[in-house]
Amino acid sequence: MNEQLTHMTKQVTAGKLTRREFMGKAAALGVSAAMASTMFAGAARAAGPKKGGDLKFGLQGGESTNSLDPATYASSVPFQNGKQFGDQLVEVAPDGTIEPRLAESVEGSADAKVWTFKLRQGVEFHNGKTMTSEDVLKTMERHSNEDSKSGALGIMKGIESMKADGDNFQVTLTEPNADLPYLMADYHLIVQPDGGMEDPGAGIGTGPYQVEVNEPGVRHVYKKFANHWNPDFGNFDSVEVIVINDATARTAALQSGQVHAVNRVEPKVADLLGRAPNLTVHSTAGRGHYVFIMHCDTAPFDNNELRLALKHAINRQDLVDKVLRGYGTIGNDMPINAAYPLFDGSIPQREFSVEKAAEHYKKSGHDGSPIILQVADGAFPGAVDAAALFQQTAAQAGIPLEIKREPNDGYWSEVWNVQPFCASYWGGRPVQDQMYSTAYLSTADWNDTRFKVPAFDEMLFQARAELDNDKRKDIYSQMGQMVRNEGGVICPMFNDFVEGVSNQLEGWESDPTQEMMNGNMSRKMWFS
Amino acid sequence: MHPIIKLVSQRLALGLLLLFGASALIFGLTEALPGDAAQAVLGQSATPEALANLREEMGLNRPALTRYFDWLGGIVQGDLGKSLTNKLDIADSIGKRLGNTLFLASVAAIVSVPLAIFLGLLAVRFRNRWPDKLISAITLTTVSIPEFLIGYVLVYFISVKLGWFSSLAMVNDSMSIGQKLYAVALPAFVLTLVVLAQMMRMTRAAILNLMQSAYIETAELKGLSTFQVIARHAFPNAISPIVNVVMLNLAYLVVGVVVVEVVFVYPGMGQYLVDAVTKRDVPVVLACGVVFAAVYIGLNMVADIVSIVANPRLRHPK
Repeated sequence: MNEQLTHMTKQVTAGKLTRREFMGKAAALGVSAAMASTMFAGAARAAGPKKGGDLKFGLQGGESTNSLDPATYASSVPFQNGKQFGDQLVEVAPDGTIEPRLAESVEGSADAKVWTFKLRQGVEFHNGKTMTSEDVLKTMERHSNEDSKSGALGIMKGIESMKADGDNFQVTLTEPNADLPYLMADYHLIVQPDGGMEDPGAGIGTGPYQVEVNEPGVRHVYKKFANHWNPDFGNFDSVEVIVINDATARTAALQSGQVHAVNRVEPKVADLLGRAPNLTVHSTAGRGHYVFIMHCDTAPFDNNELRLALKHAINRQDLVDKVLRGYGTIGNDMPINAAYPLFDGSIPQREFSVEKAAEHYKKSGHDGSPIILQVADGAFPGAVDAAALFQQTAAQAGIPLEIKREPNDGYWSEVWNVQPFCASYWGGRPVQDQMYSTAYLSTADWNDTRFKVPAFDEMLFQARAELDNDKRKDIYSQMGQMVRNEGGVICPMFNDFVEGVSNQLEGWESDPTQEMMNGNMSRKMWFS
Repeated sequence: MHPIIKLVSQRLALGLLLLFGASALIFGLTEALPGDAAQAVLGQSATPEALANLREEMGLNRPALTRYFDWLGGIVQGDLGKSLTNKLDIADSIGKRLGNTLFLASVAAIVSVPLAIFLGLLAVRFRNRWPDKLISAITLTTVSIPEFLIGYVLVYFISVKLGWFSSLAMVNDSMSIGQKLYAVALPAFVLTLVVLAQMMRMTRAAILNLMQSAYIETAELKGLSTFQVIARHAFPNAISPIVNVVMLNLAYLVVGVVVVEVVFVYPGMGQYLVDAVTKRDVPVVLACGVVFAAVYIGLNMVADIVSIVANPRLRHPK
């Protein structure tokens, strides 16, 4: 039997056997469907990518108000758009290392303050122009200058100066930062001709596909760009991004074969959907997490005993089972999990404990008036249910939690980062430094827990400048414990990216950075 | 001046005034919503610096009245302006979306209006017998089920299980009329089911009302078949209430179908308006609002004129 199977996989690799034929023959040999499917994928991968075909995405997270201007990207569809027509200088690879894109190599000075990107030569924009270091410089300036309204503005803050020097682009920082290449991998930082100063929404970049149709909120069509610098990227003739915000419509489109991949499969239908014969549901552990956030500087949450009481009063496993239906992992009241490099797995897991919650609640001396938790469905999928579960477990410990439901509309401007106790989510960042500097540094704009501890800030800067990974890991571990024990974040769970992909597509890779293989499906996958 | 021309011009003037009032109301209400376009666009990733820069660029720092009159000044010259959020020309975007909405509405109307009236006549012909009861039962059932549920059920059976029709009603300029009709088949069917009942019941009620009249008896006595009596003598006199309810349903087909658009991913006006409201894109909200108001006012005007033309007493006032 083994010989026969080996022979069959060889045939697949040689392109002589289709998936259907392979599955049929494998079943005849008594191989389970799951096993055969894995073997086929392995064999097909060995055959190498095939070119051609029209790839169709059905994605949640697009609005009629979207623009192709990379500075404005804040949801899934614009994120995918950028990945089709644009390239960053570098990309975070699935294994968490830095992969060169428009920069061939990156080099940091010994003190991690000056970073030089050696740019790839002969890269062509879709308008026929050749990319120069000036284009790179202007792009970065547009995202960081005084007039900038870019989503990347926050991460560009530590830059003292930038210069274009022949084939090189050089960044000088005010403070050392060993993680600078990760910041430059941000999806907003797509290199545009002349930095996109003139017409940022034109959708002209260096990516493997060029814009053909741009109908925001409806669809975006791209055709293969023949002169892309890397012929291995982009196996399809065209890519169509169809905006399907309705979850049921999205899964129906995938099941009936009208699209080849969808994002945000609802956990409650994921198991059912996965049983369909023509598709696979991929669940990827990421760095995104759902949180309840308390302002550490506002009563009653300025009392750490009360914060600890609430942290002990939530049943994390129950939330993962009921809200995420198992498509996620439990959190530990810090924004970091094993998906991050330099994570310390030895930090003890906080468990649900009625006794401890009651004990801390008693110590806090809280007057017993209701503690108001503001939530909206838009805070994260299932936020209202999660809050209700939290309310019940808190009540067991005698903590009176009152849920105040807010409208989705205006939630991010009126409630989040304004009210002292509410539900929210974080998409996660490629490295710990970025996550902590975005939301836990005293001076951060998005310090949504008002966590202001000078010792923590000091350790953050110290870790940033440290090039010895063992020492960094140690510092990050201490920082994580500090947030876990003193911070204002209750982090019950890390959510997986749950995506549905047609079996016609080959070349899937799990990528924890962002959803849909970090936006690289159209570059790396192919039709079998 | 002919009384009908006079009436139409009066109604047109009144309609314009109404449009102006509607736009002021929409502007005021959109302004009253919490947050503004800059906050909505940046969402969770808003920093004070980026917010300030974006407000400056969108011109949101100017007083509300100035912005409204700027917009009004533009629209009088036929300029709908540019979207605050994606800088695209509103007239262009709305043109496509409105075209799609009207296409879907027309397909649904072409099927549903004659069908509803025919079923209404049929129900009168066989009143209180099984065809009447069957027609009423079916149409009242379909109008009572929420349209998204009918939509999902159709998608599940007809496109996922049977694969006959596409669950995505995506239409675009490069498609032929046949392809477009095929694409909108399911949403048009759902809309037909939704609007059928009211028109059918109104036709039935209006005609039944007349069937008691003396002239109907006369027509019956002179030996006309029941259906001829209904179609030739009762129906012309029932046109006025029927046209009114037909126009209301047509207006609904244009302005009220956002749920069906979402279920079938149809690129119409409803979704466009909802997105614009969420992002506080005031010029787009205003433009959509005015278009919807114009459709409503226009169709109601048509209903009034038809009622007058159909009624000799109103056509020749003393």
